[in-house]
Amino acid sequence: MPKSRIVTEAQQAFSFSRRSFFLTATQLAVAGLLAARMGWLSVAQNEKYTLLSESNRINLTLIPPRRGWIVDRSGKPLALNKTTFRVDIIPDRLVRKEETLTELQKILKLEPAEMERIRDDLKNAAGFQPVAVAENLDWDRFAAVSIRAPDLLGVAPAQSYARYYPEGAGVAHLLGYVGPASAKQYEETKETLLITPGFKVGKDGIEKAVDLLVRGEPGAKRTEVSARGKLIRDLATKPDVSGKTIKLTIDAGLQAYASRRLGTESGSVVVFDCTNGDILAMTSMPAYDPNSFTDGIGRLEWKMLQADDHVPMLNKVLQGLYPPGSTLKPMAALALLQNGVDPDETVSCNGGFTLGNRTFKCLGRHGAMNMRNAIMKSCNTYFYSMGRRIGYDKIAPVARMLGLGQEFELPFPSQRYGTVPDSVWKMKKYQKEWSQADTLNATIGQGYVLASPFQLALMSARIASGKELIPNIFAGPRKAPKPLAIAPEHLAVAREGMDMVVNSGGTGARSRLNLPDVKMAGKTGTAQVRRIEGSQRGQSGAWKYRDHGLFVCFAPTVDPRYAAAVVIDHGLGGARAAAPVAKDILTYLYDPAQAMATLTSLEAGWGGDILTRTAKQLAGLTTPPAPPAAAVVAEGEPEP
Amino acid sequence: MSGNGIIPPFIANLSWRPILLLMLIGGFGSIILYSASGGSFKPWAGAHLLRFSVFLGLALVLSRIPLDFWRTIAFPLYAVILLLLIFVELLGGISGGSQRWLDLGFIRLQPSELMKLAIILALARFYDLLPAGEIRGWTAIWPALVAIGFPALLVILQPDLGTSLMIVAGGLSIMFLAGLPLRLFIAGVGAIAVIAPLAFFFLLHDYQRNRVLIFMDPESDPLGAGYHITQSKIAIGSGGIFGKGFLNGSQSHLEYLPEGHTDFVFATMAEEWGLLGGLVIIFAFIAFIRWAMDVSHRAKTKFAKLTAAGLAMTIFFYFTINLMMVMGLAPVVGIPLPLVSHGGTAMLTVMLCVGIIMAIEREQRSKGRFR
Repeated sequence: MPKSRIVTEAQQAFSFSRRSFFLTATQLAVAGLLAARMGWLSVAQNEKYTLLSESNRINLTLIPPRRGWIVDRSGKPLALNKTTFRVDIIPDRLVRKEETLTELQKILKLEPAEMERIRDDLKNAAGFQPVAVAENLDWDRFAAVSIRAPDLLGVAPAQSYARYYPEGAGVAHLLGYVGPASAKQYEETKETLLITPGFKVGKDGIEKAVDLLVRGEPGAKRTEVSARGKLIRDLATKPDVSGKTIKLTIDAGLQAYASRRLGTESGSVVVFDCTNGDILAMTSMPAYDPNSFTDGIGRLEWKMLQADDHVPMLNKVLQGLYPPGSTLKPMAALALLQNGVDPDETVSCNGGFTLGNRTFKCLGRHGAMNMRNAIMKSCNTYFYSMGRRIGYDKIAPVARMLGLGQEFELPFPSQRYGTVPDSVWKMKKYQKEWSQADTLNATIGQGYVLASPFQLALMSARIASGKELIPNIFAGPRKAPKPLAIAPEHLAVAREGMDMVVNSGGTGARSRLNLPDVKMAGKTGTAQVRRIEGSQRGQSGAWKYRDHGLFVCFAPTVDPRYAAAVVIDHGLGGARAAAPVAKDILTYLYDPAQAMATLTSLEAGWGGDILTRTAKQLAGLTTPPAPPAAAVVAEGEPEP
Repeated sequence: MSGNGIIPPFIANLSWRPILLLMLIGGFGSIILYSASGGSFKPWAGAHLLRFSVFLGLALVLSRIPLDFWRTIAFPLYAVILLLLIFVELLGGISGGSQRWLDLGFIRLQPSELMKLAIILALARFYDLLPAGEIRGWTAIWPALVAIGFPALLVILQPDLGTSLMIVAGGLSIMFLAGLPLRLFIAGVGAIAVIAPLAFFFLLHDYQRNRVLIFMDPESDPLGAGYHITQSKIAIGSGGIFGKGFLNGSQSHLEYLPEGHTDFVFATMAEEWGLLGGLVIIFAFIAFIRWAMDVSHRAKTKFAKLTAAGLAMTIFFYFTINLMMVMGLAPVVGIPLPLVSHGGTAMLTVMLCVGIIMAIEREQRSKGRFR
């Protein structure tokens, strides 16, 4: 509390001077503080606030980038972008709303439900955000709107791009398809581009693997917008940067041919270049049409795909596992040779081989068989006998060396690697000793052995080239393949046997190439789907219980250039179902005209090409309704 | 001064330094408002210029009224305005809402604005009457506190925190200058440190409390109550040193900056004129206030000294609180930038202050010359 102290007027005046001086100083200090604060905001933090101010002012509408093309080895497009036409409304620019909508309804022939959707969207839209009126318009309707555009203020006809696959179903499992990004994908990256309308990401196959490369950079339509969302004016548009073009080792023509040649069968084809391991064709049919996925697939089409017992949604090349059957005999021959079997030693075939009290059957009574003849005639007795002599643990390493049971670095999700069994494997899996019966079954490609069509083709390519080929799908520089650790004279025996299969009256004799100077070598295979019970063999009865037909081959026989595998699901036999397909596909590589002529007459019998057949199927479901169950991954059962 | 004969004496006798500073501020204000309305004199710039001219004229007329007049009416004026404040409060009570002004037809009079002036005059008069010997006693304190507290409470009830703060600050400045014991003010600061949190929780309205909270952390609610401060800082920060150029401010023209022609007019200016424009305004205000403090320093009577310094402080508080507010150094309290912001009452108050200070200065000169 203030104590009383006498203060004079003079003292008070002096105190006033001091205190007013103090206040003046305070005022100057505060002014200095204000100037400093302003300097801090406008100079030191200018960059930050300029950015904030710009992001206030400018609204960016991303323009989805054009996806990079995917081309074949010669640059022919396998996947490209088709221009599509659409019409949008920019709400802020709409002047006569009702008249404009009525007019649009008339020109575009819009359904009442669609009109309701547009009205709803307009109600909820921020002023500068375009509202879609119609997408995927044909040129006539688009042109009709474009011509009227000056009268229809606020209506914006626009072009955009949609993924297009010229070969349709033929490249489905190779390339995959594109679709809108999933919510999960957006959660992970938080990229605005992913939720931009019209933007698509690769969903499967190559499209998925190279997605980031072919994605490109989005363009941006820049508009100045007020705080209330009012469109002020358009600013310069930043164009999009198209994604990179990806070049594959695929031969587009061959890929298409192989897909078409499979016809109405459920099957797969893989073709390798024997010189470097390039994958020239890789197809699994039937397949969905990836173009249908670009704009969202129709319900009926989806249902049809799901119900088909030929499983069009499965990539059988890499995900289908089959008992390879006799196609493994050349491989087994190499293992025998490596383990000292003389190729000229003969085994007498009396129609089977007796092990203990069981008889393992051969398909014929071949008499005295040496190694080459046993391959040619696909004599089981020879391979039972010789396989038993060396044991399967000696054969399995050769199988693996040729690619069976192996993983490869390929840009495809969910490959299946199959099984190359041996005693260690069986002990681990079933806690049982390997038996001689297991050896006999495995030697002829039945029993526990499972392989994918891709592995069978690679095996054939490695036998044909004698090199440890590594499969390539992307074109570009690559290392020269190493030679296989197999003696060339051994490989020659296996190749000669495969040559005889086709060209010396062997099991594939009917599929000789109809070419003057190119010969094909191969090996047929017939794989049982289920245990043979009683009189029922896998040659008749319900489709899904029939034997698979397989064929591995290479051409020419001298200095091989191409190797392939063809698998026809439930095709009854390799010679009957698979070899003719392989013949035409290899013919295509040397004489396309001849091959196309064959195909044309075949397709006439099947009811048109793939597109026509699919359309028919969709329209009236011309083919009888397929049973729902599907079993492509066949379980091989040991022969009793 | 009247020797050269070309300039008429009543013009030559004007104190040109403050007038030119005021014209600089007011003219710049018109230019800013011209831009704020998108490059048009309507609705703000033209009215602002007209009002500025009229009120400057009023100030010049007031400058010819002897200070004795103000000394005489100091207490009655305070009483009348206090009554008007009560009246406004009652009016608000009857109409069921809060009301701050009286509609006189040609102007909406805010008694609280005039109270900023009246409190200075009344307290100056009070300490003028108080013998110097009693300045350290109780009688020097309680009447002043009552005189400040009563109107401040009425204004805070309106609720108008900013104006209330200015009435208290103006009154305290006079008490400080009058020579009350220094430890009272030191103790006062201590008391505020205790009372402020209490006032925060019990006295302030929800929206006022919110403003304080958001002032502490504007980013906590960038789209809600923190929006003003955030957008104002963006406008000032993005202006840089030289600004975006006249009529080129996007924050103001695209309406991201709220109240860009009233309380946040400084941000509108800063966006287009940059740091340089800001320094011009700060310099002009400080130069003007320094002139007023000089007038106070040279004044002969206690009443004149206290009045001039108190009015200078009032203008200073206007300017400081507004700038601190737009730059995020103080909560949003709704104090306009005088002579620049659109709006009549604040300009009228400031021009009344200017007129009285000029009157004091005029008296000094005439005394110096004729006596």
